[in-house]
Amino acid sequence: MGKVLRDLFRFNREFAAGVILLGFVVLIASLSFVSPYPPNDSFVVPPDLPPSWAHWLGTTSRGQDLFWLLTFAIRNTLLFGFTVAAISRVLSLVIGLVAGYAGGIVDRVLMSINDTFIVLPLFPILVLFYFVMRDKMSWILLALVMACLGWAYDARLIRSVAMGLRTREFTETSIFSGMKMRQILVQDHLPYVLPIVFSTTMNNINWSIGLEVTLSVLGFTDINTPTIGVLVYWANQHTAMVAGIWWWIAFPIGLVIVTFIGLFLLAVSMNEFIDPRSRLSRIG
Amino acid sequence: MRGYPAYLIGRLGQFLLVVFIGINIAFVVTHATPIDPVEQTIAAATQFGATSPEAIAMMRQSLKELYGLEGSLWEQYATFWRRVSVGDFGPSLSAFPAPVSTLILRALPWTVGLLTVSTLLTWVIGNLLGGLAGYYLRSRTLRFAGILAMALHPIPYYIIAFVLLIVFGYLWPVLPITGGHTMNMQRGFNLAFIGNLAIHSILPITSLVLAGLGGWFMGMRALVSNVVTEDYVVYAELGGVRPQRILGSYVMRNALVPQVTGLAMSLGAIFTGAIITEQVFGYPGIGTLLVSAVHVGDYSLVLGIATVSIVAVSFAVLLIDLLYPLLDPRVKAR
Repeated sequence: MGKVLRDLFRFNREFAAGVILLGFVVLIASLSFVSPYPPNDSFVVPPDLPPSWAHWLGTTSRGQDLFWLLTFAIRNTLLFGFTVAAISRVLSLVIGLVAGYAGGIVDRVLMSINDTFIVLPLFPILVLFYFVMRDKMSWILLALVMACLGWAYDARLIRSVAMGLRTREFTETSIFSGMKMRQILVQDHLPYVLPIVFSTTMNNINWSIGLEVTLSVLGFTDINTPTIGVLVYWANQHTAMVAGIWWWIAFPIGLVIVTFIGLFLLAVSMNEFIDPRSRLSRIG
Repeated sequence: MRGYPAYLIGRLGQFLLVVFIGINIAFVVTHATPIDPVEQTIAAATQFGATSPEAIAMMRQSLKELYGLEGSLWEQYATFWRRVSVGDFGPSLSAFPAPVSTLILRALPWTVGLLTVSTLLTWVIGNLLGGLAGYYLRSRTLRFAGILAMALHPIPYYIIAFVLLIVFGYLWPVLPITGGHTMNMQRGFNLAFIGNLAIHSILPITSLVLAGLGGWFMGMRALVSNVVTEDYVVYAELGGVRPQRILGSYVMRNALVPQVTGLAMSLGAIFTGAIITEQVFGYPGIGTLLVSAVHVGDYSLVLGIATVSIVAVSFAVLLIDLLYPLLDPRVKAR
């Protein structure tokens, strides 16, 4: 495993760039643990200062040091993405593997439900959810709901691999040797789909962070937990662009774009690693 | 031809299932949560000044009736479906007494127009460039386009729209950044009004196209670069078929089939992107209506928009599915 990663880093430019970008983001997020200011305290520094040596990224109109605030925000945003991805991975793995293995009517029913979730417009549903929950809305609740809505696309991918595995000889051997379906799926099939799961995880994190930023910029989440979206929300509330406090908006958005591109590059390089044909065709 | 009716029935069934599950989710979200919209509305209405208890009781009664929250859960469920099936979501509270359906119908053409134009543009440009990039793998320009697409693709709709807003609103203000047309302008089918509409739609459409382009580009490039190695393409090349013809009728045509399926599958996400973009640019469509409805606490309008969106998107997917056999003759032959 370690050797594979090192080779990927050396020979795959996308992987290397992704790791560096993401490492940078994670480093910033981890700095939140040594922050001199708690995230929700305001007016601890003079407001509206442009970036300087004392305050690297400037200060906000609420008297917060933007750099340290940003460390908390990106940490919460990343954590949110990982939570959604982790929960939805379980759903998509179970549904994808079972549908691919069982086939027939089970497969058809599961995939009909699956296609439904792919097609449904999620944003109005999430807004409706916020509208009903209002102040009870918390980040973990949002993560749960988004995980329940966001598993479908990856379940389809996993199923397509599982269908191929079903016809392989070792599956037959396992069936004849009396293994139960659960054992076959966990011990035989799971290792084969794990590479795909890794690459879809990155895309899923991207997707969930994107929706979270959108919802919180509009104020449709818990606006007291700092995330990247919440930061931009407060900047908009204080009309930062009109007031010329550009750094309040530019740095959070810049950082989240770096996160998106980093995660995406990792996903792409994983895909390439799984399917070497695309590597060959590039040399082609 | 036996295959086509069977395909039709299957797609229709899928459409009904999407609508059924979607509307059930809307019902569960609004009824299974601990928050009571009636009490919320009453709290908002009685916030300023005292109201007599009888008046509050009457208000509670009529609100319950309005929201369809009377009787047992099953009765509420039946009421919900009855209302959805006739498109009656009651009057809007924020624009009382205009019915919710009128407000939605007024906003819907804007969203449909924006969505249709931007989706078609994105899909055509993305696939065309992607196809070229897959066919001419060595071209410098197309490689650069590939890198650009890769960098743009993971950035979500909201951020792209927001960056465009900042660039064309503050840094270089040449384009209108808000509204569907200039306010108080006489509506009519004339050049001035249509031109005005077009100018106002440039930024929303551009941001939707930029956000969507990368996905189609990379998908098509990968598909085409695989198709190019197929035997029949090599044979066509050896047979002296002109390269343009190979690219158009041999390679692209075959690679387009999965891209149409992809369009149907990503329509929900594209719709989400469109209503977010609308909100950023204050475009008078469903998205702006939805966000303002949340801000003023208009329960029936939010519910109405969510339901209409679910039905509209699944209907659009059905349309694409029905056109699919035109492109892929295998469906008929099955």
